[in-house]
Parts: sequence; C-alpha cells; structure tokens
Amino acid sequence: MNCASKEEEVYTPIPATLEIPKLFSDKLISPLIPSNNPLTQEGIALGKKLFFDKILSKNNTQSCASCHNPKKAFTDDTRFSDGVDGKFGKRNSMPLFNLAWNFDERFAWDGKELGLERQALEPVRNPIEMHSKWTNVVQKLQNHSEYPTLFLQAFATLTIDSLLVTKAIAQFERTLISGESKFDKHLRGETTLTPEEQNGFNVFMDEARGDCFHCHGSNNNPLWTDNKFHNNGLDATFTDLGLGAVTGDPNDNGKFKSPSLRNLEFTSPYMHDGRFTTLEEVINHYSEGLVNSTTIDPLMKKVANGGVKLSTQDKSDLKAFLLTLSDYDFINNPAFQE
Amino acid sequence: MRNSILLFLILIITFNACSSDNDIPIINAKITLNFTHHWDETPVTNEDFNSIKFTTKNGEQLSIERLRYVISNVLLTDAKNNIDTLSNYHLINIGENSGLSYESPKTVHPGIYDLTFIFGFKDADNVDSAYKDLNTANFNVPAMLGGGYHFMQFDGKYKDTNIQDSNFNYHAIRAVDRTDPNNLKFQDTSIAVDLGEVIIDNNASIEIKMNIAEWFKNPNTWDLNVLNTVLMPNFDAQKMMSENGEGVFSLGEITQN
Repeated sequence: MNCASKEEEVYTPIPATLEIPKLFSDKLISPLIPSNNPLTQEGIALGKKLFFDKILSKNNTQSCASCHNPKKAFTDDTRFSDGVDGKFGKRNSMPLFNLAWNFDERFAWDGKELGLERQALEPVRNPIEMHSKWTNVVQKLQNHSEYPTLFLQAFATLTIDSLLVTKAIAQFERTLISGESKFDKHLRGETTLTPEEQNGFNVFMDEARGDCFHCHGSNNNPLWTDNKFHNNGLDATFTDLGLGAVTGDPNDNGKFKSPSLRNLEFTSPYMHDGRFTTLEEVINHYSEGLVNSTTIDPLMKKVANGGVKLSTQDKSDLKAFLLTLSDYDFINNPAFQE
Repeated sequence: MRNSILLFLILIITFNACSSDNDIPIINAKITLNFTHHWDETPVTNEDFNSIKFTTKNGEQLSIERLRYVISNVLLTDAKNNIDTLSNYHLINIGENSGLSYESPKTVHPGIYDLTFIFGFKDADNVDSAYKDLNTANFNVPAMLGGGYHFMQFDGKYKDTNIQDSNFNYHAIRAVDRTDPNNLKFQDTSIAVDLGEVIIDNNASIEIKMNIAEWFKNPNTWDLNVLNTVLMPNFDAQKMMSENGEGVFSLGEITQN
C-alpha cells in the first residue's frame, strides 16, 4: 500500500503492459486497451482470480474456466458446454487468446458482444450458463473475505459492482497472448518446417488450392484470423442465423466469426456448432463439402464443385501445417493456470 | 494621391487574402479527400451491397459484397513542381464505410495544383509486410505471388450462363508471371491516376470518384463467365485490370470553406 486516505486506504495500482511477441509488434498495429480500463497488475490478478472462481455461478459450481480451460486454449472439448443446471447451449465454446487485437470489438461467434468487458457480463446471467444474477454475485463478492480488498487494490474502491468485475476479467483476458508456436519460431528463423509442413503452408496461401489466407491471416498476420464474419458454406438453410440475428440484416444470416487457426490441436470440436470433430473433417468440408446458400461468402469460390478439391497429399500437408500453429507454451503458461 | 492609391492596393490585397467566412487569411489550407463510388451515373454505397443490381458491359448481372482498395502517393504538385504529399497510402473499405473521408495532416498554401495518386502501390512501395495497418487488415499478397499487398479486393456474385449465382473475386495485385515458379517475373500494374487541376483557395474538400463499372468496360470488355476467380496468379487478367483501371477514377466536386 502506498498511502492512506481519510476513510479507506487508497491504493494506487501498478500499471502493467502486455507481453507482446516481437512478431506481433513487427507486423501488427498496437493492441486495443480501452482508456477506461487500463491494465494494472492488481486488475489482472483480480481478473484471473475471478476467471477461475466458481463464485460467479448461481450454485458455485462453475467458473469461466469451466468452459474455457487453459489446457484447451481456453475452450473445452465438448460440442456444446453444459451450464449449472445441466442445460446445453447451441454454440461451441470459443477459445480465448489474442483478444486485444480484435479491433472491431465484436466478440462471440455471432458478434453480439461489443467489447470484452461487455462480453463478460453475459455468461453470469445466461440461464443456460452460470444462471446467476449480478446482484447476487456482487453480494457474494462483497461478503467475501478477500475480494473487497482486492477490488480496493485494483480499482480504489471497496464497493464492488458488475462493471468492475468485468473490467478485471477483461484485463486478465487481454493478457492471454499466444505467439510461440512452431510456425512463429520458423518465422523468427529459429526452426525449419518439414517439407510436408511447408507444402501445407503453400496450400494455405495458394489461391488456386486452399486459399485460406483471405480469411485466416498469413505469415504477415499472425493472428490467423481476420476477425470478420463469413458464411463458409456449412448449410443450405440456417437454423442458427449467426450475425444475422444480431444485426437483423438478412444478408448476415449464416455468418459466423472466422476463428483463429492457432491452437487448433487443442480446440476440437470445430465450427460454431462444433459439428466437426477432427481437422480432417474440417479440411474435407472446404475440399468437398461446401454447401451453397444465399449468403455464402464469394471467397468460397468453388462451391459449385463442393470445394477446392485438394489432393490427399495436400490435405495431409495442410493439416501438418495447421499443427505448426500449436502453442504449447501458451497452454502451459503458469500465469494462465488456476 | 500616391498614399490613397497605396491604401487602396493594400485593401484589395487584404480582402483577396481573406477567407469568405471569417476574414481570417488562409495561410495553409486543410485538404479533405472524399471518396465516392458509382456504377456509371448511379451512386453506390454499402447499402447497395449484397443484391444483384448492377450489369456489366458484357451483360453479366452482379452484386457487390466486398470492395476495398488502397491508393498511395497522393500528391498535390504546383506549377513549379513543388510537391505536397497528402497521404503515403490510404485504404478505403466501402462495405465497412471506412476510409471514405480522409483529412490530410498536411496543409497546403492556396494555389493551383495537379492532384495525382497511385492506385495500389508502385513496385518500390509494394514492400512485403511493410505496413502494419494493412497487415492487420489482412490485405497481404502471398509470397508465392511476390508478396506485397492487394491493390483491390472486390468480391461478389454474378448470374452465370445458367442464370445461377456464381462467385467472383476481382482481386487486383502486381502482375506476376509464374511460368517458372523459381523465377517469378513481375509487371508493375499499379495505376498512375492524374485527376487534373485543382484550385485551392481555402480549406477544401475534394471528391474522388470511382466508377466501378469501368473495371469491366474499357478497353477490355470483361467476361465474368471466363474471368471470375483465382485471378491473382493470372498474369494476363492482372494486366487487363490495370488497363481498365485507367478510366476508373475522376475528379468530382471541390468545395471550399
């Protein structure tokens, strides 16, 4: 504690900065940190504690980490996650990393969450997730033996509210940076790709073969996502409108966020509804399984043929390349474990 | 008498040097570029996207779903060949309504200038990975095609010969001949655009118009049934795009205040 005020101790939190991989700082513009929620050591630590604390749920059985497991790149391994009442959602839990580079600030598969802070409000009160009430959560935190002091240290107040809770969680989430995959090391000249991995990367970058780069980044965009919304040819008609349900624009029906391809090794199952269990299924979808619909993205150029028709070797090599985006340092980072 | 004439001249000069609004002499004028888009005479905004409502010279009906492009070396050049750089490069994304208006940090003296820019990047400026904002916007060109950046990404759907909706990706890049993948041959297909003379006498907003229809029109009548996708590695298609792009841009209204 630095100093004390008249009625309650005033603590000045220590500013913190993100540990940005050089590759990111070389290639990308600076990450987005809201001016009303600057990173502090105390805020990040509080956010981490809250992220792993089941106190946020109605019956103290689930935390954020229940569906966002660090060992799974902060997603889980089920198609749909079950909430505190045993009910299941209709979307696959999204992995969490490199979120501070989402400059449009549309989060979730359908983009309905406008900002990380606002996103964190939702699962707590969602009836098929934590099914709690913020008033109850705040009361539990307020009565807790540790939290009031931690909030005082992070935000200079003993009075806890939902906005401060979500600010802290968002601070922690912004620290979840993944930039130490084999491919990152390859780009830094520290390792080489196998011939299969290199060919897989070429398939990824070749407009006449995989043409993955238009939506999923490249060696020059190490996020491996454009953070935009696309209809990637999953269905002819939509039971889940995705972005369209959020914007109300029929032209957005069937569009979902393109996820980062980092850490795919840990994030199965795939797609917004977790319909594909393996990477082979995902690759086969783009190769032969595309389905036409009114809003299909023009970048799904070979939809009339079902897909880009990759050879067996190219499919195998593409998978080998995708696995070079696995970041074991990230999933094992002690700073991100409970 | 001489003093009266002198006073009269001073007054004339003083009034001519004042702005019309507040009589404050304009030493340096702010320049704002406004990018507007048209299909021939019809204005196009992102409200017009996603529906098949435009017809090319070749007769294909099409929709626009994504249209973004970069211009570089936006210059004002005066009669003495003095150059003011308004922007090194600038990305316009019609679908997201971003970059449509650009206020240059560079101010200029009132005068008569030639307004020029490059559509895309000249070879010397088309440096792989050099521009962080364009990397972040995912506007790169793969190294196997020489790297650097897209000049334009224009995606949509058209009615094919079977009256079915088909996708097109009209992506303009530096042309590359990949006949020998180990010896790529490039042709600079960026477009030097000269919008002609602009007279700046105060803070000015200059409209730069893109006629999207021209990309399919002149001198090459574009057949989307033949040239629709995978155009980035198509050397001849890139040259045709560049040729058609010569007539795409024009100078619109200039307003001064």
